[in-house]
Amino acid sequence: MLSSLGHTTVRIVAETGDLARFTARGFASAVGSRRLGPRLVRAVYEQGVRCLPVILIVGLFTGLVLGLQGYHTLAGFGSASLLGPLVANSLIRELAPVLAALMLVGQAGSALTAELGIQRNSEQIDALETMGIDPYGFLVAPRLLAALLVYPIMTTLFALVGLMGGWLSASVLLPLQGSVYWSSVERAVALPDIGQCLLKAFVFGALTIALCCHNGFHAHRRSGATGARAVSASTTRAVVFSSIAVLAADYLITSLLV
Amino acid sequence: MSDPDTSALAPAPVAAVPLLATRSLRKQFGERVVLADVTLCVPRGRALAIVGKSGTGKSVLLKCLAGVLRPDAGEVCFDGAPLSRDDPAALAAFRARCSYLFQGNALLDSLTAWENVALPLEQTTLLPKPEIRARVREALARLELENDAKRYPAQLSGGMQKRLALARALVTRPELVLFDETTAGLDPLRRNAVFTLIAHARREFGFTAVIVTHDLPEALVACDQLALLDRGRIHFSGTPADFIAAADPVVSAFRDSTTALARSVAAIRAGAAPEPEEDLG
Repeated sequence: MLSSLGHTTVRIVAETGDLARFTARGFASAVGSRRLGPRLVRAVYEQGVRCLPVILIVGLFTGLVLGLQGYHTLAGFGSASLLGPLVANSLIRELAPVLAALMLVGQAGSALTAELGIQRNSEQIDALETMGIDPYGFLVAPRLLAALLVYPIMTTLFALVGLMGGWLSASVLLPLQGSVYWSSVERAVALPDIGQCLLKAFVFGALTIALCCHNGFHAHRRSGATGARAVSASTTRAVVFSSIAVLAADYLITSLLV
Repeated sequence: MSDPDTSALAPAPVAAVPLLATRSLRKQFGERVVLADVTLCVPRGRALAIVGKSGTGKSVLLKCLAGVLRPDAGEVCFDGAPLSRDDPAALAAFRARCSYLFQGNALLDSLTAWENVALPLEQTTLLPKPEIRARVREALARLELENDAKRYPAQLSGGMQKRLALARALVTRPELVLFDETTAGLDPLRRNAVFTLIAHARREFGFTAVIVTHDLPEALVACDQLALLDRGRIHFSGTPADFIAAADPVVSAFRDSTTALARSVAAIRAGAAPEPEEDLG
């Protein structure tokens, strides 16, 4: 058992190192990559525009539920007027960055892992290499850079729509005055909270898209699976590991900033 | 077997330094040794066919030659200089002069036919845009794909994809082109068409070719040299005429595979026990 634990630890450390090297090479290769602009626009479209509906829908329902649960809990203590700070702080500090990242991993991350895995399987990545084109600069760099742009925007939209959802719950469906809700939100939100929210979005973006790219790019390395099974195994692994990474990184950042 | 007509491509004079050479190349995956000791030489301007049974490591050898796989031992030399994946400058210089045609074509499915052909020029050269456009137009026209420039690879037939891959390989005007099972899975007519296409392209551009193939009759006609890979080693190397005349049992088993099939089928039809087959490998 001890030996198995040791092997697992060594494997995790080695894979973390490999991921760090992959990410660094991905970002660094953006420097010399030609005609990066069109590929960056495409990556922003795939991670951002395509994921916008799901972000807005999940953000709205998160705000609605927070408003509903929060109102009834706070009303029991006669503090319904504190609903605004509850919704705003929950969304901006925690729920918006975490849930937006999880949604983006589920939609954009899984799609890009599968795309890279298929490109690996069909030798498209080898073909780039034989043409003298750096596959990191061509395939990985635009996706990593897009994540740094898209995640903060999506997180911000998630938080704004969530706040709207909280207001709908509290002031349209329940009897809390809208002016009370919005003025308490305004008082509760401080600049460090927004900074923490955006920092988390940046970190989650780089972390999850790097994990997804890494898994797709190295789909052929999966032992015990080849071809389509390797792509499916890599995609599942990318989503699971990215989700865990988001929650672990969230705890780490929160514990450092609180 | 009749003497093949090798006059379609007149061999170029052999230069002192071969364009491509390997020395004691070795590659294994886990415990499985795929290439044990491969030494070969491809003179400039010639076409070498590498033949052998399935699973003998022909594609692995080609990927080692292209610098896609790192050999465990031995060395690959291009134009007299050793190639190494650890020397990015030398590798980049090699790749600027070499193209690789993959078995499955390896066209980028998110790019149109035009973008696929333009890709190596846009990404690896400093040619002005009008020059790139002219070259791409010319390459597509030469391979009769000018009306399909805006279509994606998935919208093209197998033969058109093959031509598109060839257009992408030739647009950089390479000195060396590596063909990996280019005709695998094609019917005899398309197979002939692809070999004819290669012969035409060689005559026009004068590149050196290394062709990994199962199609022995076509290889005998279209290539100047033939190497038989068996059990991780080059078992035979010589001209098509030498290959046809060789008395070696491994060479003759490979060479006579078509007549062996005819004998086996005739024996089955006659109700007799067929001759035992060679190891299928």
